[in-house]
Amino acid sequence: MSLIYPKESLEAFPKHLSPEYRSTVKRSPSKPLVIVPHTLSELSGPAFGHDAIQDTDNDLTKQHKGEPLGERIIVHGQVLDEDKRPVPETLVEIWQANACGRYVHIVDQHPAPLDPNFTGAGRTITDKNGYYKFITVKPGAYPWGNHHNAWRPNHIHFSVFGQSFLTRLVTQMYFPGDYLFPFDPIFNSVTDEKARVRMISSFDLENTIPDWALCFRWNIVLRGREATPLDTDKD
Amino acid sequence: MSEITPSQTVGPFFAYGLAPKGRCQWDPNGHYSWKETVGDNLITPDAAGTKIHIEGRVLDGDGKPINDAMIEIWQADAQGRYAHARGEKPRPNAKFTGFGRSATDKDGVYSFDTIKPGAVPGPNGKQQAPHIVVCIFSRGMLRQIYTRLYFSDEKANDADQILALIPADRRGTLIAHKQPGNSPVTYRFDIRVQGGDETVFFDI
Repeated sequence: MSLIYPKESLEAFPKHLSPEYRSTVKRSPSKPLVIVPHTLSELSGPAFGHDAIQDTDNDLTKQHKGEPLGERIIVHGQVLDEDKRPVPETLVEIWQANACGRYVHIVDQHPAPLDPNFTGAGRTITDKNGYYKFITVKPGAYPWGNHHNAWRPNHIHFSVFGQSFLTRLVTQMYFPGDYLFPFDPIFNSVTDEKARVRMISSFDLENTIPDWALCFRWNIVLRGREATPLDTDKD
Repeated sequence: MSEITPSQTVGPFFAYGLAPKGRCQWDPNGHYSWKETVGDNLITPDAAGTKIHIEGRVLDGDGKPINDAMIEIWQADAQGRYAHARGEKPRPNAKFTGFGRSATDKDGVYSFDTIKPGAVPGPNGKQQAPHIVVCIFSRGMLRQIYTRLYFSDEKANDADQILALIPADRRGTLIAHKQPGNSPVTYRFDIRVQGGDETVFFDI
């Protein structure tokens, strides 16, 4: 299978400079990016075997002696390319705040409790249908210093590889109906509403497990579509 | 109409998930059992070639160190082979993945230990000069930025088709400089995200 990576697809991405998110002001390139062809160096990319992870790495509620506090949830979906074909055997990594909105990281000084039974990191490899699944707790909202009274909507950070170094994607998955969406400059750095909605998971009643955990479904679509053969029949 | 999932920033707190064993100090207690999937040492016992150390700083538009960036590198082995293709016949150095990840420390410093890559196929049937593809993530970056690292002691740079597309006065930002008298051989490669001496980034 050979894929092409149209640059137009990247129009859904935020601009590097998005001043409402203040940290972009000094951390975005100011000179024009240089257009170069895609060579083997970009069209290839790392592959991960199942030895890269352990079977339990996708269950964030089982990494400590006890269960973490918070709403237990299932997050699952498919990793797909632009033609909606599954991306099998690719590494998916996540990290998130605990149910109180606190990260384990030393830099996070939000005065909300750490949970001794929750670290907040997980990973898995997609199966042959591009399917992934995590069990975790719903992360809390938390304040940040971007502007007065700034709070991040609930989100889980995702890191995905795909089939080449060009498909590499780091993003955030949001939850449906979050009242903080209109006020969040990171979420709104994606200016096209249709593209923004693609970062929001759907509540999945069908896969919610009775008496145990709510389920959210989120598909991730990476760059790349099948090369279209040139139409040579015209003349 | 494409329907890809938009990028969002890696944020400031990625280290315990993505680079837990790195040089970045994120853990107040020092015990964390998460085995890293990808680290900053790419050298495997089965990889032939010259062992090299790459080190540099990541700087913002004010020249200040970025202490919460993540650098990923992708490279060929010393014979110019990428380890990507599933189903290809196994390479003798099957353990060498060519992929590494390093989080910057409080001084904005990242580093890698690896094998110097060989020349790889390029456009028009010509070889490309040895190089490493570099991808940068950070708080304040809503999407990753790509650049390339070339080596200061490679004559092949003069004929490289990608370097030739870079304005001559900015080409130097892609050159990692060999440091005198180091063992292993050490190359210095600073990444300036913004400003007068900004590193060249690619629209790819």
